[in-house]
Amino acid sequence: MSQSDRLPRTVPAPARPGSDGGDVHGLGQAGPTISVADRALVARLLEGDEPAFEALVASLHGPMLRFVRVFLKRSDVAEEVVQETWLAVLRGLPAFEGRSSLKTWIFHILSNRARTRATREGRVIPFADLAAPGDDATETGLEDRFTPDGRWSEPPAPWQVDTPEAIALRREAMQQLAAALETLPDAQRAVVTLRDVEGWSAQDVCNALDISETNQRVLLHRARTRLRRTLGEVLGR
Amino acid sequence: MLSCRQVTSLASDYVDGALPRRTRLGVRFHLLMCWMCRRYLRQLELTTRVLRGLAGGDEPAEPPAQVREAFRAWRAERGGSDADAPHRPSTPR
Repeated sequence: MSQSDRLPRTVPAPARPGSDGGDVHGLGQAGPTISVADRALVARLLEGDEPAFEALVASLHGPMLRFVRVFLKRSDVAEEVVQETWLAVLRGLPAFEGRSSLKTWIFHILSNRARTRATREGRVIPFADLAAPGDDATETGLEDRFTPDGRWSEPPAPWQVDTPEAIALRREAMQQLAAALETLPDAQRAVVTLRDVEGWSAQDVCNALDISETNQRVLLHRARTRLRRTLGEVLGR
Repeated sequence: MLSCRQVTSLASDYVDGALPRRTRLGVRFHLLMCWMCRRYLRQLELTTRVLRGLAGGDEPAEPPAQVREAFRAWRAERGGSDADAPHRPSTPR
C-alpha cells in the first residue's frame, strides 16, 4: 500500500490505544470514529468471509463508480480504477486503523487513485484555484439580479411545483438538472455530487477530496446556486 | 442588517446549518422580513433535495467477476484455512 493511500491527518484520530484495526475483538470498546458494525465487518473480511465482501462491494461499487466519474468520464477507465481500488483495499485491510469509517477510508484510497489516473490522462482538477474567492457573483450569474445596494432588482420567480416529489416527476426538470450537473466545473461537480447526490457529510468530502472546509463550502455554494437557477429556468413561471 | 445579496451568498451554508450562530441569526432575522429571500432559500433547499433523486440505479447486483476473483486470491494468499469457513461468526469470545 503506497503512502498516498493513507488517510490525511485531518481525520479525527481517537487517542485511545488499542483502537487500531488489529484489535478486531474489541467490539465493545470501539473508538469514537469506528463503528461497531465497521469493526465487525473488518474482522469478517479478514477471516475471508466472501458474502460479507460481496455485500460491501454491492453497497459501494455504484457510489464508487459515480465518484470516479467525477474525475474520469470514460466509464471503462472508471471501472478499472474502482477494481484496482478494491485490490488496494484488500491489501491494506490488515493495516486498517479505524481512524475513520471503513467507507471514508475506501473512498480516500479511491480518490487518490482516481486523481493519479486523471493526472496521467492530462485531466487535472484544480480544486484550490476554482475555489479562489472574489469572483462569486460572476461565477453564479447572480450579479444582475441585485441593485447596487444589494436588494433583489427582480425577485426570484415562483416555481410551478414546490415539493421534491413533485419536481422529481417533472422529466424535463430532472433532465436539465442532470445535464447542468454534468457541465459544472469539475471541482464543483465533485463536491455537489458527493454532498447532495450521494448525501455525504462535509467532513467526509473534505477528507476524500483533500480540500479545506472553506473550499468545500465555496464550491458547494457555487454549484447549488447554479443548479437552482437551472431548475428555475424550467420550473419558473 | 444583511442585504439580500449577502443572504443569498450565505444561503448554502444556512441550509447546511454551517453558519456561526450570530450569522445564522442575522439570516433568520432577514428572512422574517424578506419574502424574496425566503423564496430563494426555499428553492435552494429544494434543489439540494431534488439532487438526491439523481443517485442510485447503477449498483451491480453482485461484484464484477474480477473483483470476486481478486478477493478469493487475496484470501488464499492469507492462508487457505479460512476459505473453508466463510460463514464463521466473528463475535468476540
